[in-house]
Amino acid sequence: MYQVGKIAVLFLIFILGCANSENDPTVLKFWAMGAEGEYVSQLLPEFEKENPNIEVKVQQVPWTAAQEKLITAFASDKLPDVFQLGNTWVPQFHSLSAIENLSEYVEKSTSIDESNYFPGIWDTNVLDSTIYGIPWYIDTRVLYYRSDILKKAGFDHPPRTWDELYEISKSIKKVLADKNKYAIYLPSNEWAPFVIWGLQNNATLLKSNNSYGNFSSPEFKEAFAFITKFHKEKLAPIGMTEVNNVFQAFKDEYFSMYISGPWNIKDFKLWLTDSLENSWMIAPLPAPTDEYPGASLAGGSSLVINSKSEVKQEAWKLIEFLSRKKVQLEFYKLLNDLPAVKSAWMDSIFVNDKFLKVFYTQFLNVKATPKIAEWEQIAFSKIQQYAEYTVREVMTVDEALAALDKDINEILKKRRWLLDKNEQ
Amino acid sequence: MISLKPKPILLNLLLIIITVITLTPFLWMVSASFMLDGHASTYPPRFLPDEFTITQYSKLFTKLNITTNMLNSFILSISVTLISLLFNSMAAYAFLKFRFKGKEKLFTILLSSMIIPSQVTMLPLFLMLKEMGVINTYFAIIIPGLANIFGIFLIRQYAQSIPDSLFEAAKIDGATDFQIYTKIFVPIIKPILVTLALFTFMGTWNDFLWPLITLTDESMYTLPVAMSNLMSEHSKDPELMMAGSVLTILPIIIVFLAMQKQYIKGLMMGSVKE
Amino acid sequence: MNSSKYKYDSGLGSKKSLIIFLSPALLAILIFFFIPVISAFIMSFTDFSIYALADWNYIQFIGLDNYFRLFDDPLFWIALKNTFYFVITAGPLSIIASLTAAILLSSKLTAFKSFFRLSFFLPVVTTLVAVAIVWRFIYHPNFGLLNYFLSYFGISPIDWLGDPVWAMPAIILMAIWKSFGYNMIIFIAGLQNIPEQLYEAAEIEGANSWHKFHHITLPLLAPTTLFVGIITLIGFFQLFAEPYIMTQGGPLNSTLSIVQYMYQEGFRWWNMGYSAAIAFVLFTIIFTGSIIQLKMKKND
Repeated sequence: MYQVGKIAVLFLIFILGCANSENDPTVLKFWAMGAEGEYVSQLLPEFEKENPNIEVKVQQVPWTAAQEKLITAFASDKLPDVFQLGNTWVPQFHSLSAIENLSEYVEKSTSIDESNYFPGIWDTNVLDSTIYGIPWYIDTRVLYYRSDILKKAGFDHPPRTWDELYEISKSIKKVLADKNKYAIYLPSNEWAPFVIWGLQNNATLLKSNNSYGNFSSPEFKEAFAFITKFHKEKLAPIGMTEVNNVFQAFKDEYFSMYISGPWNIKDFKLWLTDSLENSWMIAPLPAPTDEYPGASLAGGSSLVINSKSEVKQEAWKLIEFLSRKKVQLEFYKLLNDLPAVKSAWMDSIFVNDKFLKVFYTQFLNVKATPKIAEWEQIAFSKIQQYAEYTVREVMTVDEALAALDKDINEILKKRRWLLDKNEQ
Repeated sequence: MISLKPKPILLNLLLIIITVITLTPFLWMVSASFMLDGHASTYPPRFLPDEFTITQYSKLFTKLNITTNMLNSFILSISVTLISLLFNSMAAYAFLKFRFKGKEKLFTILLSSMIIPSQVTMLPLFLMLKEMGVINTYFAIIIPGLANIFGIFLIRQYAQSIPDSLFEAAKIDGATDFQIYTKIFVPIIKPILVTLALFTFMGTWNDFLWPLITLTDESMYTLPVAMSNLMSEHSKDPELMMAGSVLTILPIIIVFLAMQKQYIKGLMMGSVKE
Repeated sequence: MNSSKYKYDSGLGSKKSLIIFLSPALLAILIFFFIPVISAFIMSFTDFSIYALADWNYIQFIGLDNYFRLFDDPLFWIALKNTFYFVITAGPLSIIASLTAAILLSSKLTAFKSFFRLSFFLPVVTTLVAVAIVWRFIYHPNFGLLNYFLSYFGISPIDWLGDPVWAMPAIILMAIWKSFGYNMIIFIAGLQNIPEQLYEAAEIEGANSWHKFHHITLPLLAPTTLFVGIITLIGFFQLFAEPYIMTQGGPLNSTLSIVQYMYQEGFRWWNMGYSAAIAFVLFTIIFTGSIIQLKMKKND
């Protein structure tokens, strides 16, 4: 055992020796999520060539544990100098004072200009009229639809208004005359469509400086009742598990309309081939009134700088580099992530692509979800939960929204306390 | 001695069926890891690769940093094992052969605290290690593993059968406590130490959540953390994930097979007596 | 156990060596286990949240509020229900599987004992993350081995991990596969302690296998069964890694367990105070469960 002890001590020394090592050029730590983390390193040699004194160390953070990872990193002062954040996470990291105010950087910058971004997207990074993140790539939701089925149902265009959406859905259901086929797919484990409909109807989701739930407001209630009507009238399937594979289901006419983002374009192209190749299309979302197109969600990822970084200027240089039109286009080619800078959208690839043109139109009308730290929890754990209860008719619309507000008020208790405290 | 009576045949048949169930996942893991991209995702499933390939493995070593992950796993598992063996056996020795007030009470408290789920301690421990500045170092894994109640319990259980006369004789010969510990106690409890070593090694090797939270840099990841990373980013490459899984469990299986006799013996001894 | 039965006394200098021997482990356990447990307990009476990570002044004592809130929280009840479902189903099934395997392996008629024993034990030692990857694939609705196997019996494909009805059974099956070997070894040891003469005597009196099992094996194995029962209960109530890796608690929260809910509240939404309260409710449940088992056996 004596020996064992000695070995243990030697081990400790070995470990200590391994722990530290420093490099000469300025090391810039950069974390990116998932596939972005994997592919972004292919763009960086050019940056390092332009800036020989900077060495970028990229680390890939898996999406599934990204939130845990980033906040534990914050708690232990291990956040990298520059990192990717889903744009709805920006408020959370701002509330922790973890990210740098970028207003001055933007003001001085010759390459990054607010006017080169979609206003709705840019706005998601603005808190108290200060910018904290620069959009890196963007997404939003549009309507995927089977044009052949719509034609069969007697419509030569996608729905432009809510009423038209409902009418088309009823006609599709009638034409297909199959109780196992539905008009539209609105899975209750995706909060986005429910929130989009509310935002379109000008609902204020949270009230009193975002400190109380306001889902029982007439505007949201109307929208929520409208969308859950599709489930109740069997125009949309109820269980999400009935659809194992959305691509297969879309191909099999299980549903003919689906609200989703740009990430699905590639796979739908792969699944709907040959005779079905031209049988589907995407369109901007319908609107409650005649003002087509209706609003959608401002999604995507932003780049932010760690407020405690010692190499903020270098970090900003990297953000500027990644925001160049040329680099954004290369990134699109690698990953199909839609570029955040509008100048990239003027490139021929974009102008000539029928799908991308639709996204461009939709990006001109996107809205942000409430910009508070607790939003993620509200959306993922609460809205989905009560949407599920409503479509399964466990609760009525009124009951579900009242319960939702009650839960949200509980979640926002701390926020109210902080607001009170800061006022004093 | 194979007899053709129905009973033994039935018995052995049943055992073979259970074996098929327990081993199939492993066999398929190995088989799929040698398949070409996409060959594991077919219907009906392929049981053996059409074309034997090691591309998945070479991808792991060239494109991904699996060597580093492996090294981390080894360093951590071995350090935790060695240190905790030392600490646990010393404590067990004290609990067994020393007399002091409240000994039984202390031991009961320790034992009953084993039902506290370890996840309870995660956040306070995390904040503590953060204050100590050891997050993202090997110490973040080693420190919480320095000693554990289960280990002390197991050794004490095993060593209860050692006759006191052995120690008395040494004492009369003028041996110090430390000499008695190294010369008599440790050699006698060797079998249970082997068991415990395996337990600790495997526990540390297989642990997932704690390293996921405390080791933030990719260069610090252990194999399971690297695997979960692979799982969320390469879920469309099952063959690659299978190869990673094989590499993750291979060392454990080798260690286990090499020492399984002592392991199972020790396990039996430790558990039944209470 | 009475300590006075030890004849051996540590004698001179005992205090010094006692401290040397005992303190490293005790200190480590005290500092890195008991203090965190106590801190978590205190935390459960506060509203420790993400804001507290930025500034400790943002913590307030809120008394029993977290515990009251739990009673009103439907997700907590879902998690509780799922956990009980898991423990009540997987627990007995796993013990029955272990006992069956142990009896089969203890039979004199069995060939290749050590091979069988080894293969049954292999799942216990292997890394959960790695085997979860394989199991996820075995459960794959289109390409999985399980659905392929079932198709021979005319059963149409089941989306094991995607269907709220089947996800928990799938987790249970995998958990039993992963754990039964451990209890099996303990049962084998227990069986070895039963004197052979008892069976021989029973055979002379003409007892059949079932009688022998019912009147000799089961009663004499009772202490082992109790031990196995308690460790299985403790382990299974802490269900976490399987659903975390395989289903993330879904679909429709059908595999959300208490520990996972605790983890989610704590490390995903950073409601650490609330999360700590969940942990202590779980602790109380496990504690009560163990006591009930002990009492039940004593009354037998």
